[in-house]
Amino acid sequence: MNETAHPNSFRNQPDDRGHFGQFGGRYVSETLMPLILDLEKEYVKAKSDPAFKEEFEDLLANYVGRPSPLYYAERLTEELRKDAPEGMGAQVWFKRDELNHTGAHKINNCIGQILLAVRMGKTRIIAETGAGQHGVATATVAARFGLPCVVYMGAKDVERQQPNVFRMRLLGAEVKAVKAGAATLKDAMNEALRDWVANVHDTFYIIGTAAGPHPYPELVRDFQSVIGKEAREQLLERTGRLPDLLVAAIGGGSNAIGLFHPFLDDPSVKMLGVEAAGHGLDKDHAASLAGGSPGVLHGNKTYLLQDEDGQIVEGHSISAGLDYPGIGPEHSWLKETGRVDYTSATDKEALDAFQLLCRTEGIIPALEPSHAIAAVVKVAREMPRDAIICANLCGRGDKDIFTVADALGVEL
Amino acid sequence: MTRLANAFGKPHPALVCFVTAGDGPTDAVLDALVEGGADVIELGMPFTDPMADGPAIQLANLRALGKGTKTADVFRIATEFRARHPEVPLVLMGYANPMIHRGADWFADQCAKAGVDGVICVDTPPEEDAELGPFLRDAGIATIRLATPTTDAARLPQVLETATGFLYYVSVAGITGLQQAATASIEEAVSRLKAGTDLPVAVGFGVRTPEQAGAIAKVADGVVVGSALVELVGQHGDDAPAKVRELTAALANAVHSAKETAA
Ligand SMILES: Cc1ncc(COP(=O)(O)O)c(C=O)c1O
Repeated sequence: MNETAHPNSFRNQPDDRGHFGQFGGRYVSETLMPLILDLEKEYVKAKSDPAFKEEFEDLLANYVGRPSPLYYAERLTEELRKDAPEGMGAQVWFKRDELNHTGAHKINNCIGQILLAVRMGKTRIIAETGAGQHGVATATVAARFGLPCVVYMGAKDVERQQPNVFRMRLLGAEVKAVKAGAATLKDAMNEALRDWVANVHDTFYIIGTAAGPHPYPELVRDFQSVIGKEAREQLLERTGRLPDLLVAAIGGGSNAIGLFHPFLDDPSVKMLGVEAAGHGLDKDHAASLAGGSPGVLHGNKTYLLQDEDGQIVEGHSISAGLDYPGIGPEHSWLKETGRVDYTSATDKEALDAFQLLCRTEGIIPALEPSHAIAAVVKVAREMPRDAIICANLCGRGDKDIFTVADALGVEL
Repeated sequence: MTRLANAFGKPHPALVCFVTAGDGPTDAVLDALVEGGADVIELGMPFTDPMADGPAIQLANLRALGKGTKTADVFRIATEFRARHPEVPLVLMGYANPMIHRGADWFADQCAKAGVDGVICVDTPPEEDAELGPFLRDAGIATIRLATPTTDAARLPQVLETATGFLYYVSVAGITGLQQAATASIEEAVSRLKAGTDLPVAVGFGVRTPEQAGAIAKVADGVVVGSALVELVGQHGDDAPAKVRELTAALANAVHSAKETAA
């Protein structure tokens, strides 16, 4: 096979200009350029500063509640074995990042970024949010550090995620509904960038996923890598070996890269990223790798949903957190190198997996990781019984009960 | 490119006018700009996600795309403009993705065939010049760079290194169409830029009225007006050309005479 040349390590990206192969980079207006160069400088310093590391780890332990447990889902494993071929049906383990403070992995990254903001002397925080989880996590750390916070959210998402909007307001953040475009996540990100350009002197933009201009994809990945580092240690301790397969849902790709990255140089560990196939890949969906092509948006070059003129096409997913027409650049590169496999799950498959986990394990997952669980349901049956799958349960489902009720035709 | 040099070589400062391709009766609006006295035309390529633009130009982008404006239409508009106005420089302004989607070489070739003189790509800073810049310059198309209040002395040489045609000074840190900067700060910035380059410096962002344009023209080689014109197109639709001609004439009058009254 004619594969892209394999690097010596998959873990030393990006290059010093922020490129992951042909992806990533810094496609921003000149006004922002000096600022992201500053951020890069500050991040390089922070990385080698023991005080930064110590404060980050202290907050993760005592404020976020890390390490998150690693859990063997015995009843789900047995359920999937029922109709698996003889000898098949892998063990399913979950990394329980839904037990974090604020209910998702998003907080890991927000802690890291707000510490950078404070180091840089910034006094105002902005963020974009889709489902509201990143908005809630940002509002949380802004409250914790006493900084004013503005969260941009598509007007349509404000409508469908009312509980999170109220949470952000309780936490003291101002939620600004964005009516432009399709009024979802990508429009919220446009508006956050516009705010940032106009307020560069005092404002720090906390981006919620492993995308955007360099150094964001790198630093978000590094902050989220706590997931994979813990999982690696916990798996080795509990099972005595490395897992056979890691599975994670992909919106922008932060929880997935956080789980995958520490394992990238372990050749025996396969990895599967799960995009949102919405109504189906031939209809409305949000699977940028499966249905998109490389292009430039929001500061980076990556796979995008776009038309023949390079106009961006709206994503669709039942999960507001996966409803984004792009993906972090490192995933585009990992796809092209072949190191990580990518698949997708439809709205319906995610809903089925959501209910399956509720009933077999007593865990109500968010709709985002329900996509990962849907993929686990498919692949576990094709893997031997002694194989180990570790999936990222990156969020809990409290925020989604209204959406799920609606999809199931139940009136609350 | 020589058209740009000629426009900035006139004995008076240049008026640079921006409108969005496909918004309103674009061909007639462009003619109105020329008739009103615009020295350089900036034609916006519509994009779904105009991140650096304020509400007026965002809406113009959405109106143009809503009417089905394609990249092919932008080049048709440019080609026909060139046929009608052989001497007036035309610059395309927009975002990277539509420009590189079919390949930067394809885009540069189309620009050359359509008689486009320069390109301003908002979200391709010098650091990513390789994406588009070399293809355009090889095809004889100017790569017009933005300098902003955040472009400090250490960074300026890098911005200038790949700048051709003219330098566009964005006078406020912000998006198009909203604030305006104080003339004193503009004067200082322009002289700082001119110390580093022989390129003409045009100043824009937030310039709406002939008074503002005239004041800036005293201290710069050109003045860019966009949102105020785009708003007229949005408000008046098919009747926009007459309104656009009127505002352009007033702007041109103020800009062209700015340095005479100063002397
Ligand atoms: C629980 C949860 N999981 C996943 C995502 C998707 O983001 P990412 O792919 O960056 O992990 C979101 C986004 O809002 C989320 O809230």
